[in-house]
Amino acid sequence: MSHAPSTLHDLPLRTAARIQRVRPQGPQDPVAARLDELGFVPGATVRVVARGPLGGEPIAVQVGATRFALRRSEAERVDVSLAAPGAGVAGR
Amino acid sequence: MNAAVHLGAGEAGRIALVGNPNCGKTALFNRLTGSRQKVANYTGVTVERKEGRFFGPSGRRWRVLDLPGAYSLQPKSPDEAVTRAVCLGELPGEAPPDVLVCVVSATNLRLHLRFALEVRALGRPMVLVLNMMDDAARRGVTIDRARLEAEIGVPVVEAVAIQAHGAQALVDLLDDGPIEAPRAPTPADLHVETDRLLDAVATGVDGDLASDWTERIDRVLLHPVAGLVILALLLFLMFQAVFTWAKPVMELIQSGVTLLGDQVSASLPPGPLRGLLTSGVIAGAGSVLAFLPQILILFFFILALEESGYLPRAAFLLDRLMVGAGLSGRSFIPLLSSFACAVPGIMATRSIQHPRDRLLTIMVAPLMTCSARLPVYALLIAAFVPAREVGGLFNLQGLVLFALYAMGIGTAVLIAWSAKRWGGPAGEHPLLLELPAYRWPHPRDLALGLWERAQIFIRRVGTVIVALTVLLWGLSSFPPPPPGATEPAIYHSAAGWIGRGLAWIFSPIGFNWQICIALVPGLAAREVVVGALATVYALSAGDTGSAAEALTPLIGAQWGLPTALSLLVWYVYAPQCFATQAVIRRETNSARMAATAAGYQLALAYGAAFLTYHAARALT
Repeated sequence: MSHAPSTLHDLPLRTAARIQRVRPQGPQDPVAARLDELGFVPGATVRVVARGPLGGEPIAVQVGATRFALRRSEAERVDVSLAAPGAGVAGR
Repeated sequence: MNAAVHLGAGEAGRIALVGNPNCGKTALFNRLTGSRQKVANYTGVTVERKEGRFFGPSGRRWRVLDLPGAYSLQPKSPDEAVTRAVCLGELPGEAPPDVLVCVVSATNLRLHLRFALEVRALGRPMVLVLNMMDDAARRGVTIDRARLEAEIGVPVVEAVAIQAHGAQALVDLLDDGPIEAPRAPTPADLHVETDRLLDAVATGVDGDLASDWTERIDRVLLHPVAGLVILALLLFLMFQAVFTWAKPVMELIQSGVTLLGDQVSASLPPGPLRGLLTSGVIAGAGSVLAFLPQILILFFFILALEESGYLPRAAFLLDRLMVGAGLSGRSFIPLLSSFACAVPGIMATRSIQHPRDRLLTIMVAPLMTCSARLPVYALLIAAFVPAREVGGLFNLQGLVLFALYAMGIGTAVLIAWSAKRWGGPAGEHPLLLELPAYRWPHPRDLALGLWERAQIFIRRVGTVIVALTVLLWGLSSFPPPPPGATEPAIYHSAAGWIGRGLAWIFSPIGFNWQICIALVPGLAAREVVVGALATVYALSAGDTGSAAEALTPLIGAQWGLPTALSLLVWYVYAPQCFATQAVIRRETNSARMAATAAGYQLALAYGAAFLTYHAARALT
């Protein structure tokens, strides 16, 4: 049970969501590869914990037990879906 | 332990610590080696190479290499490339390590274990260290060590690197016998394998967010308003502390130096040797050594902020601002380090992946007021700015110091901003910065970091700075003045001749010939200028007065305020440090870039000092 996908950048503050996929820009996208290595993988739970003081950028994201600062262009590579309140968590 | 082990006494082997950033690898390195460390560079690259050694229970010696932190063996930065090359045994001039010690934080298993699986896939002898076990236990993480060892197929030990004997299990394991290469097959998807391992051996790894300290602290420190206010207060406190806390210790060092000078003076007959020792060596080295407390306080703040996990948060808060100025949030850490010294600051730019961001950060890093400029600022401020309270809270001297720092920062922003405007489109700049969990800085790691800095500084005082001061003393003492000369002796010396020649160039910005003499050795190391002025004025005053303390009233009486302000401004901008020029050349691999950096700073220094001098003259 999940809502239509949007990107990590649009996720409201402190709202848990699941990663659907990371969209590489081009065939060899080092940013997408690094996002994958950092744990931004389908099925992982993410949450925006803070937004930057100017223009809401960058965002601080919690994935697993780790926090990362991501700029808009990085966060927009990550498609997420909101877990509906009270709904069970969909598998991978 | 059997006899065979004892037969092999001596060199036991070489291990390399490898792991994610923030896995506590460096704390483990400190725990293993204590102060038996050597910091250098890898051949041909400017990545810092830290090696140390320790002794196992059998008395055999292990050499240990602390590799740069990496998220993956598919490198995205020069640091990670070195880590990969050393692990594969492919780095020229670096023997492959006998055992790879892969350090993972038990508090961040999901991320770190994936990397450990990458390391395992290399098929080299390997040990897995579960570090920060105490932290993990507090957060309710449990890990079945024996089960993990069986599942992952390499020896696993627990460690608490910040505790005494916290690495004993690792030491015993290494000492006990040969570590075998793993034979487990490499899974197709490391994330899936990580999930499987975590399900099998651990509970609570993803943490309970609401009760997490990091969550609570971040709500304040990353707050758009409160976060920025706290950052500004923190930086301000840091600079006030540098100026006020250090004072008692500085005075102690200064009186010690004066005492030593008097002792030597009393026990030697008058003559060139006495002059050399008191005016040259003791006054010169002493006046620079007195600034050690300030430098250590500054480094203490930077190290403590780094260890606590705050620095990347500051980078997060300032990222957008710095992008606006043509830099990156990642530039913040190198630039903050440059306040201590531009050399480690410029070397820290390696963590900026984007080449243009990195180059720009390197070019403006020397504008951050390094600790070597502090002696000069401190001397001039003490001589010309009254120690008045402002608004019942701040010290006027501290405020002027703050303004000088702000000038450097402001100019750096302007330069970066113009470079961005004229440099054309820059393409995408990745940030992807980890914000590690907060932790208390550990005194032992702070102490080791400070000790490293103190050593570097004292070594500089002991070698370069004393040599330059002695050379300057020689130039200022010979040839002796002609009989019947009315001017001070230095006026007729070789240094006087040079100084008067340079004064022709520098008089438009208000520098007299004494300052010009001091500028020459200052080219090699800024802080020498204070010692050099001491030498010049001690000689021109005709007696053996000592160091900065004696200098303060002297220059206060002899220079006008415009000259003092002009010299302060000159020091905000001037390229006066060979080491910085050398490191810019090395890091950019371009003599042209180093020349550009020196050239623009020189032009800026002369222009700004010129304006300051004439504006001050018009107003006073």
